[in-house]
Amino acid sequence: MSGEHGSAEHIEYVLRLADNALVLGQRLAEWCGHGPALEEDIALTNIALDLIGQARLLLDHAGRLEGKGRGEDELAFLREVPDFRNATLAELPNSGVASAGAAGGDYAVTIVRNLLFSAYQVELWQALAKSADPELAAIAAKSLKEARYHVRHAADWTIRLGDGTEESHTRIERALAALWPYTHELFATDPLEQAVARHGIGVESAGLRAGWLEALAPTAAEATLALPPDTGFRSTGKLGRHSEHLGFLLAEMQSLHRQHPGAMW
Amino acid sequence: MAQTEWPLWEVFIRSKQGLEHKHCGSLHAADAKQAVQMARDVYTRRQEGVSIWVVPSSAITASDPDDKAELFDPAVDKIYRHPTFYELPDEVKHM
Repeated sequence: MSGEHGSAEHIEYVLRLADNALVLGQRLAEWCGHGPALEEDIALTNIALDLIGQARLLLDHAGRLEGKGRGEDELAFLREVPDFRNATLAELPNSGVASAGAAGGDYAVTIVRNLLFSAYQVELWQALAKSADPELAAIAAKSLKEARYHVRHAADWTIRLGDGTEESHTRIERALAALWPYTHELFATDPLEQAVARHGIGVESAGLRAGWLEALAPTAAEATLALPPDTGFRSTGKLGRHSEHLGFLLAEMQSLHRQHPGAMW
Repeated sequence: MAQTEWPLWEVFIRSKQGLEHKHCGSLHAADAKQAVQMARDVYTRRQEGVSIWVVPSSAITASDPDDKAELFDPAVDKIYRHPTFYELPDEVKHM
């Protein structure tokens, strides 16, 4: 680290965390007004807002570390697909991994993704609450409580659907099989993570996987679901190499800011 | 016939420690556990509460509106039943 600004690795690491929250928050926001029941509509919107709140704090922090005058808006709305550092799991459509533009949402996909991702966030925020970056540690401590609730919500539905009717079981099993390959990226430690871990700023995510699996096991068992085997597939969103879905998501998310730069409400 | 809609629950929220739970609305949920969770999302998202009760709406027995006259009107002219003649010490709150 030099002066008040962060190293390139530090900035990019915070952007990864921010983009995960921002992109999944945007995906969940697509359910607003379309939830399967009024109560669930509000629940999902609350979760989306929690994630967007995390993203705002993290983007603001990344902008300060960078020190080039970019704030949360510039980072959220004026970067292009290859600049985003979210894991591919976050950007997949609510309808599943089908081709871009697939209409509508599949609630099983939404719930399973929230379970897998929120359980990962719980492990991550727990570790980052002890970060040497005090700002990041504070954001982690605040976000941990939110992530714990997100897990609770998703786990509850996973059990209901998994241990529900034949159709609900089939659909949630299918969602788990489709999304599982994308979870490996969350725990793929790379040189960037090793660099921030050396400085006590970040953690090597490979070390989080055991706790994550342990946390998922009781829910999977109660939902009568088996965790799928490793297919060997590895997504690369956090390196900036995304699926075809992210461009469509950004087009929608960024259109207002790009048409009305600096718009406020 | 299979039930196609979730049953209705009445939601009671305690806004802070020491206060009683107050009825704040109702919602649909599959069971009690889910009703508590949904009540959290629907009724406490603006820091309204510290505790939630849910009760199946079907468990509530209501008075009959047609009985209004005989149930409630006799109290109208008995103002001596109101404890308005006591001085409350300042330490007693929430009375």
